Amino acid sequence: MADVSKAEPVLSIENLTLALPPLADRAHAVENVSLSIAPGETLCIVGESGSGKSMIAHAVMGLLPKAVKPKGGAIKLAGRDLLSLDEAAMQDVRGREIGMIFQEPMTSLNPVMRIEDQIFETFEAHGLLAKSERRARTLALLTEVGLPDPARLAKAYPHELSGGQRQRVMIAMALALEPKLLIADEPTTALDVTTQAQILKLLDNLRQKHGTAVLFITHDFGVVAEIADRIAVLQQGKLVEQGTADQVLSNPQHDYTKRLLAAVPSLIPPQRPAIVESKPVLSVTDLGKVYRKRSFFGAAREVKAADNVSFTLAKGETLGLVGESGSGKSTVGRCCLRLIEPDGGRIMLGDLVLSDLGKSALRQHRKRIQMIFQDPFASLNPRQTVGRIISDGPVAHGTSRKDALARAKELLELVGLSANAVDRYPHEFSGGQRQRVGIARALALEPDVLVADEAVSALDVSVQAQILTLIKEIQQRLGLAILFVTHDLRVAAQICDRIAVMQRGRIVETGPTAALFAAPQHAYTQALLAAVPGGARFGH
Amino acid sequence: MNFFKRFARNRGALIGLAILLAVVAFALLAPTLYPQSPWRMVGRPFMAPLALDRFPLGTDTLGRDIASGMVHGARVSLMIGVVSTIVSLLIGVPLGAVAGYAGGFVDDALMRFTEFFQTIPSFALAIVMVAILQPQLGSIVLAIGIVSWPPVARLVRGEVLSLRTREYVQAAVTIGQSTPRIIFSQILPNTIAPIIVLGSLMIGSAILLESSLSFLGLGDPNLMSWGYMVGAGRTRLIDAWWISFFPGLAIFLTVLALNLAGEGLNDALNPRLARGRE
Repeated sequence: MADVSKAEPVLSIENLTLALPPLADRAHAVENVSLSIAPGETLCIVGESGSGKSMIAHAVMGLLPKAVKPKGGAIKLAGRDLLSLDEAAMQDVRGREIGMIFQEPMTSLNPVMRIEDQIFETFEAHGLLAKSERRARTLALLTEVGLPDPARLAKAYPHELSGGQRQRVMIAMALALEPKLLIADEPTTALDVTTQAQILKLLDNLRQKHGTAVLFITHDFGVVAEIADRIAVLQQGKLVEQGTADQVLSNPQHDYTKRLLAAVPSLIPPQRPAIVESKPVLSVTDLGKVYRKRSFFGAAREVKAADNVSFTLAKGETLGLVGESGSGKSTVGRCCLRLIEPDGGRIMLGDLVLSDLGKSALRQHRKRIQMIFQDPFASLNPRQTVGRIISDGPVAHGTSRKDALARAKELLELVGLSANAVDRYPHEFSGGQRQRVGIARALALEPDVLVADEAVSALDVSVQAQILTLIKEIQQRLGLAILFVTHDLRVAAQICDRIAVMQRGRIVETGPTAALFAAPQHAYTQALLAAVPGGARFGH
Repeated sequence: MNFFKRFARNRGALIGLAILLAVVAFALLAPTLYPQSPWRMVGRPFMAPLALDRFPLGTDTLGRDIASGMVHGARVSLMIGVVSTIVSLLIGVPLGAVAGYAGGFVDDALMRFTEFFQTIPSFALAIVMVAILQPQLGSIVLAIGIVSWPPVARLVRGEVLSLRTREYVQAAVTIGQSTPRIIFSQILPNTIAPIIVLGSLMIGSAILLESSLSFLGLGDPNLMSWGYMVGAGRTRLIDAWWISFFPGLAIFLTVLALNLAGEGLNDALNPRLARGRE
């Protein structure tokens, strides 16, 4: 942690209140929030989705949506109130005095412009530097953010760069004019853990070198533990706790902070009962899937998403399929249901060879293996009632709608919702509740195997903990076998009996969770475990 | 209620809706307002508007009441607009849905078929079809429907293509729903909004097409229509301008109203696309 002087704060937010439009679910996006950041300090604003943390960042940048109006308070950047500036003055502040990094590196760069031209624009907008100087400065910036071969990358287009590289370019652009304040809005949420660790380290280094103050917005306590000097916790637009990183993380005062910290899954796998040896319910042998990109000129590009993947899954067991994006873990999960047709290999459900079935036979046997999807907002048809969504499965297999609806009510109670939810539409539910509906839909067909594809990744930590508990309970009660696909090692540690680590379409290591976390064998597994943010603080 | 609020926020849409309701009212009241056939000669030819109280819009070259022709013409124009749009939706929606959902060879084949229709000038094709099939109500509707379905098919295909990869559609596959069921109960209900918007705009262009056909004398000879009236008066445009002017104005206003209302529907049904950051 940098030592923070008692100097004049770079940014001080005083009693900021932002009003939401009249019909929103609460009156104020942010209420009476006061914060300050000293030079060279990193302040993390932590909160769950809807807590108003991004609104603060956007208010500082003067980028609030039209419907949200500042109602009171002041945002002072080096003593000047930003809320009173007009658009022209604000444009001059943006970039020159405040730099911003956004969450999604894939969409925050213009796809039809070369990297160097996009960085030039920053100088051009503020009328700084001559043409030749701009080029030299751009190269220096790209070198500073640790991009390999900056001269070549400067001429590249965004699609030629990986996600981590693009985020580095964004950081270079944000720092181009040496702003006093850098706002980072969930800058690593869309990145893999190993990339995330590198970007966090880079941000920390740059901050120390230039003395930039950083306003870091995140929902992830692991990231907070890695980077924060001070922490502000936001709940429903109100600041509930503020303090140094040590104070807040080791000795939280407010109930909400305590709850949030308790919900962060530990990296230490809990003790779990041994699985009784039995015939596997699902066994996959030599599964292969190659994606071919047809190109007009030259040879086609091939990506091996699954390469000789084999595993088995026993009744009542949870197998975690862990890896970074592009490792092929989701492809394997979907191949097991034949949502994606595998190129080769055998998938057996008990004694049934699923991979050999024809179309209509497959449809009849689909009920034996079901899936829980990642995005609770995309996985439910917005135009159907919850009852209809859950009962569609049994109806497709010949149950009458009346019986299926009665069963749907029982299932809703099983997953912790009330039975009268059958008549309501998905948009009336929160993310966590929708995920419960998704689980009820999967259970309606009484499957032997559940495939959970990043089933808790889109949820807030506290909701995540509830859904994980629910999945465990249901598994114990019904003796389901679960294939749990995830990128989050903390979640995997909590729920899986065994873990298979995937890299570039291959399983590089398998083993019981406790043994694998205690003594990872493969270099990639070791790298993954080392990169988990906040590993030192949250259990090792 | 929210829907009407969003619709009403677009002032043009409200104006369009008002004009449209007026046209529909005239069309519905035509038999009561003018019980006699609009083809009947009721007065002296070439009477100017308001020259006689009985003929507020004047009479045409054969002494027929133009006001009577206008209200009866409204029935024909609206009916042909609506019915031929339904015909083209009936062709375009299933075709686009199948192409989008099946993908691969089926998609390629159906889209080339669609492009085949798009490459032929639609008005020329409509003329040829009506000429071959005899100018009757049915053949006119069919001709307009057949030349206007390709945009529907393309729109639906695009929507289905993007909806097909949604997780709820995949969920429907995993629970074992059959493909037709997935298309009808999971996908198509979610494409209704853009189809309604496109449909409302298509009624406008169908009315224009019908008017153009009748102008050329290819309308149903038993039905009075706005296009026919414009065509019949065109030789006397200089000395009896009102014969062509009023039906022309009616076509203009109705099509304009449909476009305005369609735009409003678009705003109301796709709130996220509505202009301005909310």
